Amino acid sequence: MKGYSAFSLIRNALQGHRHWQPLWRNPEPKRSYDVVIIGAGGHGLATAYYLASKHGIRNVAVLEKGYLGGGNSGRNTQVTRSNYFWPQSAAFFDHSLKLYEGLGLDLNFNIMFSQRGVLTVAHSQHEIEMMRRWTNALQINRVDSELLTPAEIRQIEPLINLHSRFPVVGGYIQRRAGISRHDAVVWGFARAASALGVDIIQQCEVTGLDITDGAVTGVQTNRGDIDAGKVCIAVAGNTSMLAAMAGFRVPIVSMALQAMVSEPVKPCLNTMLGSTTIHMYVSQSDRGEIVLGGGADAYPSYAQRGGIPIVEENVAAVLELLPAFSSLRLMRQWAGINDITPDTTPIMGSTPVRNLYISGGWGTGGYKAIPAGGDTMAYTIANDEPHALIRDFGLDRFERGALIDEGAASGVAH
Amino acid sequence: MLRLDCPFCGTRDEAEFRCGGDAHVERPGQDVSDATWADYLFNHDNPKGLHLERWCHVFGCGQWFNVARDTLTHEIHAVYYMGEAAPERYR
Repeated sequence: MKGYSAFSLIRNALQGHRHWQPLWRNPEPKRSYDVVIIGAGGHGLATAYYLASKHGIRNVAVLEKGYLGGGNSGRNTQVTRSNYFWPQSAAFFDHSLKLYEGLGLDLNFNIMFSQRGVLTVAHSQHEIEMMRRWTNALQINRVDSELLTPAEIRQIEPLINLHSRFPVVGGYIQRRAGISRHDAVVWGFARAASALGVDIIQQCEVTGLDITDGAVTGVQTNRGDIDAGKVCIAVAGNTSMLAAMAGFRVPIVSMALQAMVSEPVKPCLNTMLGSTTIHMYVSQSDRGEIVLGGGADAYPSYAQRGGIPIVEENVAAVLELLPAFSSLRLMRQWAGINDITPDTTPIMGSTPVRNLYISGGWGTGGYKAIPAGGDTMAYTIANDEPHALIRDFGLDRFERGALIDEGAASGVAH
Repeated sequence: MLRLDCPFCGTRDEAEFRCGGDAHVERPGQDVSDATWADYLFNHDNPKGLHLERWCHVFGCGQWFNVARDTLTHEIHAVYYMGEAAPERYR
């Protein structure tokens, strides 16, 4: 792999940009791998990258039924934050945020990480009191957070309407949180993993799992059978279907979460601004588009499109807080299928089938967890024991009643 | 936009309804293992395709009923009363 630098940019410019290399190889699948990862989204690719770079396991394939990063990795709203209430979640997601801070350098790929802050507003005295409790918990978890007065909020976001239908009475900000370019994260991991010898195989759909004596030994695909020492499921939204192939059930419901973007405008929004009460969040991309999202469509769905009632609710909430945006036109709207777990905490680690691992249940917040998810899953697969940060995220927590209920504690829905 | 046929009120938009998740889930006895109890409480088949589910007409008559719906196409195959078995071809 040729490294990217200012020098390589100049050299390629002088050569008329004719010599850029493809970002990753497109190999034919081999008959056998040490580790097969199902799903070439952020989590699958990051797991492969850390397996190769940290644990020296390079005979790895990442199988993707569609195209690389075409699922939720390309459908999210690019937010990274670690404002979680429970210590286990805060430790895990803050590890992820720290990895994001160095990810551009680590991958030699500009992920355009912009730590512009995530600002959450409150609309009632009760909410402010809960927010005070929340920010205290964050500080105990050693995650930065600052309560803000309405005047301070206006200073940060001059466009905000503090006297909305539910008036803004305060809020808080996590300044280290921010947004990055989701395609760049996926492409960066794919390029770095491929350079270390990982085979990324697109248009390769897993149709079955080979299981002998309670242990997985390979996968069946539309491009032939592949033997595998270990298999990891990282298929956001489709986790239940893969678990069914392996013969067990998971506490997941698949739901469509929508997002949409407006036409591009000049910089006017400084943070990612959100409200849990009126269920909206909004940020501005580097291209100037206003990116908005809100709640999931409230019924099981595998249709990656979403319904109109949620669009209406979402847009109404955004316009109530930011009336200036009423003159913008929406350009695109889409949906991704999310694994929703009962406690909105991911499911990571081993499964009832030996040598089969799962990284799922990411709900509406998988993007922010990509580097930490990859890092901890790679450790878990390489050592066949859960990484310390994900010990409490196992599938067995439901049987033990040891849920980590972030549902009420963190951001919009997740 | 889903349009559901409430068996009591007729066809209405999805905004009037709330989905109550899997239908026909049977509660096990109290002497079962933790695993069986957790399976009952938390696990779902969560199929891609035909799904039997409960809905409530919350902003209407307030009644519960069952729906056989496709989770991929959102096509509604059948609506039937609580306590009733799913139509033969959707079981």
